[in-house]
Amino acid sequence: MPTISVDKAALFKELGREYTTEEFDELCFEFGIELDEDTTNSDRPIVDGKQEPPQLKIEIPANRYDLLCFEGIALMLNIFLGRKPLPEYKLTQPARMEQIIVKEDTTKIRPYVAGAILRNIQFDQARYASFIALQDKLHQNLARQRTLVSIGTHDLDTVKGPFTYEALPPKDIKFTPLNQTQEMDGEELMNFYEKHQQLGKYLHIIRDSPVYPVIYDSDRTVCSLPPIINGDHSKISLNTTNVLIEITALDKTKLDIVNKMMVTMFSQYTLEPFTIEPVQIVSEHNNETRVTPDIAHRTAQAEVSYINQCCGLSLSPAEICTLLKKMAFRAQPSTTSVDVINVDIPPTRADVLHQCDIMEDVAIAYGFNSLPRAFPNISGTVAQPLPINKLSDIVRVETAMAGWSEVLPLILCSHDENFGWLNREDDGNTAVKLANPKTLEFQVVRTSLLPGLLKTIRENKHHSVPMKIFEVSDVAFKDLSLERKSRNERHFAAAFYGKTSGFEVVHGLLDRVMAMLKTDFFAEGETATGNSYYIRELDDPTYFPGHAASIHVCIGGKHKVIGSFGILHPTVLEKYELKYPVSTLELNVEAFM
Amino acid sequence: MASDLTNQILDALSASDAPILSNEAFPSTPSLNVKSALDRLESRQMVQYETLEKEIVTLTAEGQEIAANGSHEAKVFAVVLAAMDGLKISDLPGIVGKENAKVGQGNAFKRGWIKKDNDLLRASADSIVDETQQQLLAVQKTKTLDDKKVVADLKRRKLIGLAKELAFKIIKGPKYAREFVKEQTDLTPEMIANGSWKTAHLKPYNFNAKGAPTPSGTLHPLNKVRQEFRNIFFDMGFEEMPTNRFVETGFWNFDALFVPQQHPARDLQDTFYISDPLVADPPREDPPNEPNPPAHLKADKPLDYKKYWDNVREVHEHGKFGSIGYRYPWSADESLRLVLRTHTTSISTYMLHKLAANPRPARFFSIDRVFRNESVDATHLAEFHQVEGVIADFGLTLGGLIGFMEVFFAKMGIHKLRFKPAYNPYTEPSMEIFGYHDGLGKWVEIGNSGMFRPEMLESMGLPKDLRVYGWGLSLERPTMIKYAVSNIRELLGHKVDLHFIESNPAVRLEKD
Repeated sequence: MPTISVDKAALFKELGREYTTEEFDELCFEFGIELDEDTTNSDRPIVDGKQEPPQLKIEIPANRYDLLCFEGIALMLNIFLGRKPLPEYKLTQPARMEQIIVKEDTTKIRPYVAGAILRNIQFDQARYASFIALQDKLHQNLARQRTLVSIGTHDLDTVKGPFTYEALPPKDIKFTPLNQTQEMDGEELMNFYEKHQQLGKYLHIIRDSPVYPVIYDSDRTVCSLPPIINGDHSKISLNTTNVLIEITALDKTKLDIVNKMMVTMFSQYTLEPFTIEPVQIVSEHNNETRVTPDIAHRTAQAEVSYINQCCGLSLSPAEICTLLKKMAFRAQPSTTSVDVINVDIPPTRADVLHQCDIMEDVAIAYGFNSLPRAFPNISGTVAQPLPINKLSDIVRVETAMAGWSEVLPLILCSHDENFGWLNREDDGNTAVKLANPKTLEFQVVRTSLLPGLLKTIRENKHHSVPMKIFEVSDVAFKDLSLERKSRNERHFAAAFYGKTSGFEVVHGLLDRVMAMLKTDFFAEGETATGNSYYIRELDDPTYFPGHAASIHVCIGGKHKVIGSFGILHPTVLEKYELKYPVSTLELNVEAFM
Repeated sequence: MASDLTNQILDALSASDAPILSNEAFPSTPSLNVKSALDRLESRQMVQYETLEKEIVTLTAEGQEIAANGSHEAKVFAVVLAAMDGLKISDLPGIVGKENAKVGQGNAFKRGWIKKDNDLLRASADSIVDETQQQLLAVQKTKTLDDKKVVADLKRRKLIGLAKELAFKIIKGPKYAREFVKEQTDLTPEMIANGSWKTAHLKPYNFNAKGAPTPSGTLHPLNKVRQEFRNIFFDMGFEEMPTNRFVETGFWNFDALFVPQQHPARDLQDTFYISDPLVADPPREDPPNEPNPPAHLKADKPLDYKKYWDNVREVHEHGKFGSIGYRYPWSADESLRLVLRTHTTSISTYMLHKLAANPRPARFFSIDRVFRNESVDATHLAEFHQVEGVIADFGLTLGGLIGFMEVFFAKMGIHKLRFKPAYNPYTEPSMEIFGYHDGLGKWVEIGNSGMFRPEMLESMGLPKDLRVYGWGLSLERPTMIKYAVSNIRELLGHKVDLHFIESNPAVRLEKD
């Protein structure tokens, strides 16, 4: 969730009163934003010899792009408090509409563009900083680090339309980037910014493309090389009065949202507040010729009965409309249906997708904590544990009662821990492997519980011996026959660490658990009547030769090998840095389902 | 021998009821030995005693020598007197020893016992009184010396020292007897068989020490908390979901939950993707991930997975079910990527889709491991447990969710809740649940909840008026708050201290 810093004094001035930190926290809480920090009593940084004034750091829900700047927070809180109405945003009708002409080649790299002009805007230090910060927040969040959308802003008085949006080979694009003195072409620019702290991370978006997107004015002055950087020529400053906003994108919907946010938030500073000069996009090749921004309100319908049912209220249509006003909607009861209200969704509220979003805003305006409490009907549901968990609990409790301690290691482990260190081969068809782990600790989903047990012993060498530990949990295997190409399997494993090998001890634990699962011991070859098990000497490189056994069960007439136990091979101990002998037991408990 | 001493003390007391003093009765026995014998007797109430502490004067080695053989000056006087015609000064050390000669000659002059005659020493008296020897003899006998000036003088001459002496004033105890019978350490089968228990003296039990440690196995603390949560869910009519499936698809983990494909949660930074196997199949009927599913999970009518898939695509791409959708080109490939589940809500989705075969009220829960590609620190691990609950019913209200949460958390001992509007892609309304923590004296976020979005439910084929609550919290966080564990690695994973596991008390969420 994005966090926005706003000047405390300026915000309270906008809200028309002072708030204590607690009062403001309460206001945020009710509205659905979160006061993270009030820096009044903290060490604030000193910028240009002056200490930063107290800031409020506010956490914003990820879908409320209209709250990503000071202007939006102040406006929406004022509307929520009933101090201000929603502004009427208007497009002006210029004598000659500015144009951006789109060339077809842009479809190869970044197909969509939109524009808008803020005419006669008055910046001051704070407004200017907020204008820059909003672009940054939009780039970081909705625009997914500029990959989907990027914004360029220009001093319109330094350039001349009509503008063109083109895609050209990097070598053919030459200009002086923002705040530089030296002209460079597209390739040079990539090298120049390679190590740049802020811009370096965006280069990959276009770097390897044969063509780069670029916006020119009618004199072939480069306005910007989206999504990397603007030209120095048209840069805006505190004194700029006419701002051209151009936005390029891969995603049309997000392009539209970004444009709406930029103009609705900052048109309040134009000479005639809340007016925006549109820009015509000429894009015949993909049928995207249109006038931007589109700030028309969308009309949505919401059902009174749905809202009342979900909220557990019985509000009249008029009451609902009044509540919605606090959330920046204009709403009117429908004239044709008593159960419908027509809700005007302003351009600022891109988060509204369904009437459930409107219903939620009614609940917020009413106050979540004031809603009538109810207890949902007990509709005759029956409690029951997952059968495999119930079985696991039997094994867990019996093993603990037998004097073993339960541990809970991680499910992810390194490839070596799962295979090589246990003297096991990876046949490539066994383990689920991760594509993007941050560390070597997390390379595969374990196929055995042993690595976790052995690591637990390794980290607990200060503990007295013998250590007797166990775990009952899932491992996972590749299984190409299934939709998800893998399956879990519930295992039980135990490890004994001490001055003797403990081979007979884990063998005894096996016998005990089998007895508790009503499975009788029979020597191999004997016939049993009920469920039974026997063990057979096993040659397995994980174990010390001659001191390992496979575990065979016959359950419901079906024969199965469900696991093994033995003294671990000394080479395994060495890998896991264990000084004393270890005997382990591991089996699949699903056989007992 | 110590045991002899106990009998000696009992003997010494036998004569009368008058108290005896240990330093008089056993002057040569070290007081520590006396004390341990007395303690043994006292513990059986055979004697009572009080400790007397007094300052005593002792003789140094040199002081003892003088007490026995006289002072240096007396020795010098004796030899000078013996030499009838005077003693050559230079002969003196040869006769009395170097040390006696040096100190004794000076002192004898000072006391006027001898005088110098050229190179000869002559006696000035016929006899002398050796005060030093007499004082030291008196000290040896009484261990006291009253004259402070003499004490200082003798101390300066390093002939005496000062020390503390412990003595004990002993009287008979209520269970006094002449004989100290050997104590039995424990009641034995033989004692019961031969009747000797009747006269046996059992060694008194030390009621101030702990008993013998009991060897015990134990369950993991986090699983103990998990069991408490499970019990709360069972109390409230919930059925446990089959969460034994770590690997999910983009479809089940995200798309079906109406999480758009560009959502940051789907970044490589946040989600573990699977490189092998690489691609899933589109959703289809698979063998259930539990061998014997409850009867109602054997779907009442066949589920149309293709329809579900198409609905999900449409609701993202163009909107459906009254939603305008996210309006972006939805990618089937993205949906078929395999991931480690980032939440167990993927399983809730699976269960709710099953429910669409026969929509009816249902309550599901699960507590199981989820995976996030987080950088590991004190509060983050790449794995943790998610506690999740789902209630599906007709006519559910938001107030019902709040009311339910109040009951649910009250069972964990959290009685003061408040709810903050929040954002979550798959629930609307979404509420963050804050609980007031008395210990910390502040509101703490304890969970997330909401009503699942119609885009998610109606895509499954669930009817519009069936509403579904969902809520979740991590198992680790409330456990850490409850037991003041500051680092999650001390709670989950192989670095957890076994002592912590073994010594952690039983969990009683409603009480602790």
